[in-house]
Amino acid sequence: MIDTINTDLITADGTLNIDRIREDFPILHQEVNGKPLVYFDNAATTQKPIQVVEALTAYYLNDNANIHRGIHTLAERATAAFEASRDAVKTSINAKEREEVIFTRGTTEGINLVASTWGLANLKAGDEIVVSAMEHHSNMVPWHMLAQRTKAVVKILPMNDAGELLVEAFDTIITSKTKMLACTHVSNTLGSINPIKELIAKAHAVGAITLIDGAQAVSHLDIDVQDLDADFYAFSAHKLYGPTGVGILYGKRAILEAMPPYQGGGEMISEVTYESCTYNELPYKFEAGTPNIADVIALKAAIDYINSIGKAAIRSYEHELLDYAVSKLKDIEGIRLIGTAKDKVSVQSFVFSDIHHQDLGIILDQEGVAIRTGHHCTQPLMGRLGVTGTSRASFAFYNTKEEIDQFIAAIYKAIKLFR
Amino acid sequence: MATINEIQDQIIEDFGLFDEWDEKYAYIIDLGKKLPGIDPKYKVEENIIKGCQSLVWMTSNYKDGKVNYEGESDAIIVKGLVALLLKVLSGQPAEDIAKSDMYFIHKIGMEQHLSMTRSNGLASMVKQMKMHAIAYQSKTV
Repeated sequence: MIDTINTDLITADGTLNIDRIREDFPILHQEVNGKPLVYFDNAATTQKPIQVVEALTAYYLNDNANIHRGIHTLAERATAAFEASRDAVKTSINAKEREEVIFTRGTTEGINLVASTWGLANLKAGDEIVVSAMEHHSNMVPWHMLAQRTKAVVKILPMNDAGELLVEAFDTIITSKTKMLACTHVSNTLGSINPIKELIAKAHAVGAITLIDGAQAVSHLDIDVQDLDADFYAFSAHKLYGPTGVGILYGKRAILEAMPPYQGGGEMISEVTYESCTYNELPYKFEAGTPNIADVIALKAAIDYINSIGKAAIRSYEHELLDYAVSKLKDIEGIRLIGTAKDKVSVQSFVFSDIHHQDLGIILDQEGVAIRTGHHCTQPLMGRLGVTGTSRASFAFYNTKEEIDQFIAAIYKAIKLFR
Repeated sequence: MATINEIQDQIIEDFGLFDEWDEKYAYIIDLGKKLPGIDPKYKVEENIIKGCQSLVWMTSNYKDGKVNYEGESDAIIVKGLVALLLKVLSGQPAEDIAKSDMYFIHKIGMEQHLSMTRSNGLASMVKQMKMHAIAYQSKTV
């Protein structure tokens, strides 16, 4: 994507022009409780550049029409923009074909789609579904539900205390009984980057299908579904600086072709009689009803924006932020850092033995600092770590070291209040 | 004993003395620290006000037409807010509790903790306390 790099956002030495980038995110320029906003809840959702907001507005102001069926100009324009977004996703994750890109409502819907269609059609009693110990509820509950319906068994890939999956356990957990390996690429709670390429290869060696939850990976890592050889890869637009309500389910064509449809109606239909129906071709087979047109279109603006900076430059800067934050956090008395994997993205969880995470979150909010507290929808992981919840700071490329200083100062202020 | 509204007005007056938000929170934290813990035998599932951030236990008894509450939380600010609610409602007639309007929460600037969407919001605690009062009332009718 070198040819799309925007020299305005990147300096001559390849680093980010943060002041200029921050101009594209108006939401960051506000006060919360009388303090400058510090937004460190990027793992929950990222902020949107003005280009994304303008794409949304432009669609409603100029092109609003339903897609695919209309013969008029607005319908043509809307359809073209919608399908252009599919092409942008295809390129950005290096899918082989555009038909392998299915638009959903989010990562969760993508996973549920696979569990309900592929899962019900292919699993039987005694088959095994393998998930990791650090899965978000969205990549655990659909498999539990499927297991309950099919009498299949859910098995857990264990991890160490640092939050790294135990590679030596792969061969004992992934066996000839494994039919599905569902694993997160990056942990939302710990920030760990999992060795999914290796896991996918192990799963394929025993004939299993793989689904990767890419919700936390897409904003940080270059995703190449062909290189990973993932059968399914699910993620959400809103964690990629795009709108909420849009997700992407990538699936290999042959597997998608063989799957029954998910929901009925709208574009997924080829022909309907009073007696029966036939289904449309990919990708429309899985896109029932009128999709979230405006938000899908605006997703392309988000992808273009990220490409104009480049994920390598983003990753390098976010690592700088993470290292800086960790060095400051480590000095705080009584803190326990949660998630210390060698290979991780810019997410840092932590706990205090004597200060409740909710208390800390409330005081940080008073100081203008937005972090996430709680179990992060990873309750089994909380049990594994022996905590009820954590405080989590997650950094994006528009954050700064000065903001980390404000965050650290807010923690010291909270400590003074509580101890 | 002062009425529910008299106690609320007194709390509003007390909070009026704080110029800075951190003084207000320091006071609530102090209330939380001073609140005696609930008897461990009451720390059971049925007394938990459910949420995903912190745990709140609430129990009550009924004597001479009045409801006495005990409450606790594992988070100290929430525990302080529980202490304030106990101060206002505990020992009051069940009928008064059932129809009370907890306006002091808004007046002291704690409305951000009132939200039903925020786990263990004050609203769900107040609702639980009122339900206890209503249940006692119906038993005596």
